[in-house]
Amino acid sequence: MNGKTFESSMRSRYFKQRLFFGAVRLSALLITLALLGILAYILANGFRAITWEFLTQPPTDSMTKGGIMPAIVGTFYLTVGAILVALPLGVVSAIFLTEYAKQGALSRIIRVGVNCLAGVPSVVFGLFGLGFFVVFLKFGSCILAGALTLGILILPTIIGAAEEAIKAVPQTFREASLALGVSKWDTIFRIVLPSALPGILTGAILGVGRAAGETAPIMFTAAAFFTAVLPKSIFDEVMALPYHIYVLATAGTHIEETRPLQYGTVLVLIALVLGIDLIAIIMRSMIRRNKRW
Amino acid sequence: MVTVEKDFIIRTKGVDFFYGAFRALSDITMNFEKNRVTALIGPSGCGKSTLLRLLNRMNDLIDGTRVEGEILFEDRNIYAPDVDPVEIRQRIGMVFQKPNPFPKSIYNNITYAPKLAGIRDSGEIEALVEESLKQVVLWDEVKDILTKSAMTLSGGQQQRLCIARALAMKPDVILMDEPTSALDPISTAKIEELIDTLKKHYTIIIVTHNMQQAARISEYTGFFYLGKLIEFNATEKIFTNPDVKHTEDYITGRFG
Ligand SMILES: Nc1ncnc2c1ncn2[C@@H]1O[C@H](COP(=O)(O)OP(=O)(O)OP(=O)(O)O)[C@@H](O)[C@H]1O
Ligand SMILES: [Mg+2]
Repeated sequence: MNGKTFESSMRSRYFKQRLFFGAVRLSALLITLALLGILAYILANGFRAITWEFLTQPPTDSMTKGGIMPAIVGTFYLTVGAILVALPLGVVSAIFLTEYAKQGALSRIIRVGVNCLAGVPSVVFGLFGLGFFVVFLKFGSCILAGALTLGILILPTIIGAAEEAIKAVPQTFREASLALGVSKWDTIFRIVLPSALPGILTGAILGVGRAAGETAPIMFTAAAFFTAVLPKSIFDEVMALPYHIYVLATAGTHIEETRPLQYGTVLVLIALVLGIDLIAIIMRSMIRRNKRW
Repeated sequence: MVTVEKDFIIRTKGVDFFYGAFRALSDITMNFEKNRVTALIGPSGCGKSTLLRLLNRMNDLIDGTRVEGEILFEDRNIYAPDVDPVEIRQRIGMVFQKPNPFPKSIYNNITYAPKLAGIRDSGEIEALVEESLKQVVLWDEVKDILTKSAMTLSGGQQQRLCIARALAMKPDVILMDEPTSALDPISTAKIEELIDTLKKHYTIIIVTHNMQQAARISEYTGFFYLGKLIEFNATEKIFTNPDVKHTEDYITGRFG
């Protein structure tokens, strides 16, 4: 190849590369803009509703005034409960799938099941929760039933993330540990899981967002239309932010009047999810700093 | 003439090994003498690592493998159904080609396995750390940074840490798979010196592609080709006057 054509082929390659990176950058920008747009819209409409009273008082005057404190507390409990259910179960399932039942028929069946679960509409989870936890196990509509239902809902997310994270742990770590005469279980527990923790937390973050935002699964299993008192045990009903928004926006007689409250509630929901995410992200980066390889 | 009974710590008897249908080792019969260094040499793919990993049951980790024949460790077949591979690996340690410290502190790299094996006394643990690191001549370099991540050490230091980590379990045998192939000449020399002092207390079996290294550090050398043990003899004999022409051709570099 002579110098000239080489140069021109380099130039055309360079041009294609620029084009490609340009497209990538543009789509990243569009996504960010869409996100910021939504946030700005909610912020603009909602921030006036955010007062100290709004955050610390129960609703009053048929929910046209007052605050949303019981719903904040309820959603917090439901979300944390769902994570407490789904995280251990999901991590154990992921360990089983990646470290024990690597190929066999059993793991294939489980994987198909998990994928199906991921595709099921959330209202189906709600009905399942109603039938199984609320009625059959006689929990009644309460935090426990709602958290379990949400937990199952986010289980596929957690299992998927944990599986990926566990698979990403270098095989050399396992070999090093096993070659020292450490048992397989200790190796998984002391080497594999700590190394996979950042990835597992990423799954938990996604789960939190999903669990906090869902309405249908808690509608029949945990959420109260209105209650001014805070729950005293996991067998109490609670208000929840997404359901509260749904109620204000569709079921009330003062839908237009309560628009600012609706946006305010959405804003609080987003802040709550971001807050929980932020904690997880900080935890993750702290772990990452200690474990680099 | 008096024949002195040699003390063999590991003996393989007619060992065949299969990855699925592929036969990686054929009829390997070898005796490894206690407190000696035995080198395994041979061209790439001839089965050296496979044999080494058979000796502490690391090949168990690979699905679809099969062993035939017997491998005796102190006269006990380590592939007998009642043998716990975890116990075997506590007594037969291993050092890998690429240094593979855990993403933990230097201190915790050493204490990890002994603690899980049941050593609880903190004085004993501390003494173990110092002793192991001194054995690999790393103590002076790291004694002030024991809490730092092992990942911050140089490759040669990491490999010595990995040897120290294996020593902390007080094994009888140490298997080394090309332990210096990823290291510079100075680190390599340090590890060779180390092997020389370690053999007083340990039996060492080492895979190497470096003929000079095999000649320098080992008492016995086995030459492998295509999954077969072609010649197994005293190192001096292998490198000066081998019985098999094939061995000589390999050592003198007439074929790779
Ligand atoms: N996990 C595996 N699955 C299938 N075949 C394998 C596996 N590991 C090794 N083999 C095959 O077994 C044979 C011996 O491999 P081995 O790693 O023991 O060679 P080696 O002598 O250590 O080579 P090198 O000097 O390159 O390290 C090779 O043909 C290799 O392709
Ligand atoms: Mg090898």
